[in-house]
Amino acid sequence: MERIPILKMGPFLLVTIQIDLYDRLALTLENDLINMVSQTGARGVLIDISAVSIVDSFMGRILGNIASMSRIMDAETVVVGMQPAVAITLVELGLTLQGVHTALNVEKGMELLNTKLIGNLEQDEEEEEDQNDRND
Amino acid sequence: MNTTAQVLEKNKERILEKWMQNQLSDASLRDDLMTSDELQRQSKEMLDGLLRAVSKGNHDNIYDTEFEQVTDTLRDISITRARQGFSPRETGTYVLSLKQALIEVLVEQRQDDTSTLYMEIMQLNTLLDNLSIVTFETFIKGREEVILRQTDEISEISTPVIRVWDGILALPIIGTLDSARTQIVMENLLQEIVNTGSNIAILDISGVPAVDSLVAQHLIKTVSATRLMGAECIISGIRAEIAQTIVHLGIDLSNIKTKASLASALQLAFSMTNLEVRRNDKNKGLNIMR
Amino acid sequence: MEIVREQDVVPFRNRVREFSTRIGMSLVNQTKLITAASELVRNMLKYASGGKVILEIISHNAKTGVRLTFKDEGPGIADIALAMRDGFSTGRSLGLGLPGAKRLVNEFDLKSNPGEGTTVTVIHWKHGR
Repeated sequence: MERIPILKMGPFLLVTIQIDLYDRLALTLENDLINMVSQTGARGVLIDISAVSIVDSFMGRILGNIASMSRIMDAETVVVGMQPAVAITLVELGLTLQGVHTALNVEKGMELLNTKLIGNLEQDEEEEEDQNDRND
Repeated sequence: MNTTAQVLEKNKERILEKWMQNQLSDASLRDDLMTSDELQRQSKEMLDGLLRAVSKGNHDNIYDTEFEQVTDTLRDISITRARQGFSPRETGTYVLSLKQALIEVLVEQRQDDTSTLYMEIMQLNTLLDNLSIVTFETFIKGREEVILRQTDEISEISTPVIRVWDGILALPIIGTLDSARTQIVMENLLQEIVNTGSNIAILDISGVPAVDSLVAQHLIKTVSATRLMGAECIISGIRAEIAQTIVHLGIDLSNIKTKASLASALQLAFSMTNLEVRRNDKNKGLNIMR
Repeated sequence: MEIVREQDVVPFRNRVREFSTRIGMSLVNQTKLITAASELVRNMLKYASGGKVILEIISHNAKTGVRLTFKDEGPGIADIALAMRDGFSTGRSLGLGLPGAKRLVNEFDLKSNPGEGTTVTVIHWKHGR
């Protein structure tokens, strides 16, 4: 069965979704990713969706689930590289991906995760703040 | 006795001649837009098609297949004329002067048989009236296309995205924000964010005359989409009366960063990207320190 | 086009993309239409275990667009008004499928009788209006 590869980069996990997902594949990804987080004790998850042309409510829910599940295991999730057309469609659909951090590209996402990590170390429990503080 | 179609067919040349005469004698004819040769060619094609259709015995239903060619030609002519800037009168005269010519010829040919003449004129009347309706429908459609294209062009021009600083974009919105425009604003803004890799976008609404709940919703959508892309959006240029209406309408903008002026929004953007603007004592210029 | 398995969804999306590209629809409008189609197809698979989709290019008053008709013979929808409400779902999902799809396309029509199945027709114009 097809699987999406998950790469480990230091304390973070990187997933690049290159194909249009059908539902079962997305569910497998959710499963694999969460297992990986718990196995490696990763502190952050980067999901690169720059090659994804369609994000519907199911896919949005999977992204939200991954974020919430990782957070319970003390890892932050950043979705990077969303296409403008996808962003507009999601807003129109009424899905704003609450609780998921976003960044323009992998590099900026990594930066964001690093700042989050430092912040987390400084004040042990960081309450889920509005994502606005990413630029501070 | 000859049928109407035969009579008309026999006198085709005369009809065409008369028709051309009618058209050319019209003082409003724009010979700058079309040569009379071209007009002649167009008219002949049209008349040929019409007579062929009538000869099949169809006098009234112009939506039948026999008339397909006639209506097609007619549509072609009126749509070209609409685009070329002919007036409705000129376009309408085209068909109506044909009616005149046909009737004149019939009157000449049927001097001895008034009852047949009467019937024939009635039939032709209905037929050509229907054709002129087609002409107008198409003419107006052609004009509407022009309007639509212009609307697109206007919305295209009216949403410039300006790069005010490295990583900071500004987008001044001028005029009313409806859903079609929001769509274009969003598309341009998000595309520009991708192109420049900017983290912050400032949406300046000083040029928006009024903000009602619908406009506010469009703004919120734009901000949400920007956030989904991974950038932050600041709304600036909120005038006193706009602030009042927003509160009176009970619109919640608390999740969105808002500033009164573009200057203060830029300041906020600087502090968000850890930039500092300082006055340099020596030359009084602006110096940016990282 | 018949949709009976989950794997049919991706080729179906590509067909919709093909159709909307053919009439020169912009990327954003394509994405909206395909996302809406994706929602509706998911509903069809989930609640009616499959059905049929008809893809057509239509034009009307100088506008061109794509029309999709989703037909299934599933259990139908008992309360359409409720099903169209944001956040309502009988299947433990986000409840954005139907209302979300409606917001994404220009025209949306849903007909359903409990026990007889559901037909959803959506139209999206080339210029998105």
